Amino acid sequence: MSPLIELQGVTKVYGEGRLSVAALQELDLRVWEGELVSIMGPSGSGKSTLMNILGCLDRPTRGVYLLEGRDVSALTDNELAEIRNRKVGFVFQTFNLLPRATAAENVELPLIYRGVPRAERRRMAREALEIVNMGHRLTHRPAQLSGGEQQRVAIARALAGNPRIILADEPTGNLDSRTGEEIMGLFQRVNEELGVTVVLVTHDPRRARQTRRIIRMLDGRLVGDDPVPDEEFVRAAPGGPDGKAGEPAG
Amino acid sequence: MNPWESLRLALDGLRANRMRSFLTMLGVIIGVAAVVALVSVGTGASREVTAQVEALGSNLVMVIPASARGRDLRLEDAAAIEARVDGVLAALPNLRKKLTVRWLGRSEEVDVVGTTEDMPQVQRHPVARGRFLSHQDVLYRRQVAVLGSRTAERLFGPHDPLGREIFVAGRPFAVIGVMTTKGQGGIIVPDADDQVFIPITTAQRILGTTRVGSIYVSVAEGTDVGLVTNHIRRIFEVRFNDPDAVEVFSQEQILAAVGNVTGILTILLGSIAGISLLVGGIGIMNIMLVSVTERTREIGVRKAVGAKRRDILAQFLVESVIISLTGGLIGIGLGMLGSEAIARLGRIPSSVSVGWVLVAFGFAAAVGVFFGIYPAMKAARLDPIEALRHD
Repeated sequence: MSPLIELQGVTKVYGEGRLSVAALQELDLRVWEGELVSIMGPSGSGKSTLMNILGCLDRPTRGVYLLEGRDVSALTDNELAEIRNRKVGFVFQTFNLLPRATAAENVELPLIYRGVPRAERRRMAREALEIVNMGHRLTHRPAQLSGGEQQRVAIARALAGNPRIILADEPTGNLDSRTGEEIMGLFQRVNEELGVTVVLVTHDPRRARQTRRIIRMLDGRLVGDDPVPDEEFVRAAPGGPDGKAGEPAG
Repeated sequence: MNPWESLRLALDGLRANRMRSFLTMLGVIIGVAAVVALVSVGTGASREVTAQVEALGSNLVMVIPASARGRDLRLEDAAAIEARVDGVLAALPNLRKKLTVRWLGRSEEVDVVGTTEDMPQVQRHPVARGRFLSHQDVLYRRQVAVLGSRTAERLFGPHDPLGREIFVAGRPFAVIGVMTTKGQGGIIVPDADDQVFIPITTAQRILGTTRVGSIYVSVAEGTDVGLVTNHIRRIFEVRFNDPDAVEVFSQEQILAAVGNVTGILTILLGSIAGISLLVGGIGIMNIMLVSVTERTREIGVRKAVGAKRRDILAQFLVESVIISLTGGLIGIGLGMLGSEAIARLGRIPSSVSVGWVLVAFGFAAAVGVFFGIYPAMKAARLDPIEALRHD
């Protein structure tokens, strides 16, 4: 079986000539289907650049990126958009929900660009929101939801299109620790029950131990790549199966 | 993404900022309304003028003294044209002056026209009651008058003017007839119904002159008007030893000249209004650029979840086109109302032409696309990573 993600000597350079900065240097990485991976490292170590390339928001300057065995390092903008739409789900630190749209409409967003008919979209969005225990908040707008609830909607949006991989950039960074715990529990559940591959960036060692593999980065290179042994793995506090999404954040 | 989704997205975007959308639209509304209203008034005026010139009588040639040459036309000239030029039915001398006309206590300033018995035939303007001037009236300089229908109304009201005595420039005249209502004139040619016709000879005596103001020549059907015009010119060239002593126009030439002037006027009005439409377009561009900047993050999110460039382009372009098309439709409605209002207030006829309405609407649509494309492209080209980082 080939890996879901394979980076071979991926380098990303910003700028040109003497002013250029290498954000990633000769990076090799494999992520297998069904993995739950965390990426750690100080700011400026290249985590976000790596996530952007993995999410097909950006192309490597050099090197090869194979997604499901297909080289995506030199695709056109439209082809990359297509991959983001069908294969990748993003979760952001700041949620990035559209403020004027309801929870359901936010979750539908990727499906609109996939051309899914309206009724079908509604159904898929409701299902995704039910998975994250937000089935009772379909018509709420982001401003009416707590931080934890907004992040759940964002995760539902990432899940709605049945992606191969969810990429989360510090998904708990804007949440209090209890809500963060619930969101981590949700990622664990999505990973285990739905088999979706999850790669997330975190600064918090405890969050990292809530994943199965920790990748450490420094100055654009991989400096560590270790599995989390079962005895160190921390199962997150259950993410409120009763539908309660924790305390409103701020 | 299908077109309906683009439309829905664009409408959502416009609804989110109702006031702003409306104000932006107002620029287009005013522009289109101005184009429609002004061009309608221009077209209406030009049609009316054309109708008035046509009403002077078809196959008509006008002879007037060239303004700078100081030559006078005389009664004999009219007689000479009638006698010598082939195809001429009648040559009608005219002497026109605004004079005070009184009946009992009433006094009105009216165009008094000295003319001959040929007027009703040359200008196709028959008498309604009584009779018109006769050859004898002209020959013997009788003090008789025929009233235009409006003049009769103004002077006599409900009374019957026939047989009454009126005073023209202080001299007594017997009213012998009243003309039919022609219902034309008023803009460049005098109102045909508000005139008093008296024998040309009598008019010359009152005014103390031997000249005539102009000569209307009526040409037989099927005659080459160009030949007649040349012949008349030749007669005056010989008489004054000056090829440019008089100006001779055929009705066609007058119509062409009038058409030129009113056409230029219409285009001028339309262009001024068009400029305001252009300004409206700049308003669209301005507001769309603001909108793109404000929604940078939204664009980033949309791109992250798979929106292609053309999806973003469509979303913003459809917004600006909706603004311009809706504004265009409302503007057409207001423009039609406006042209009606101008027509009533200024008593200028207006004529809304379908062609110009389509031009204005098409121009509005083009403005929407033209001024919307740059902001929409700017949005479509945003780098998703940068856009997501935008506050």
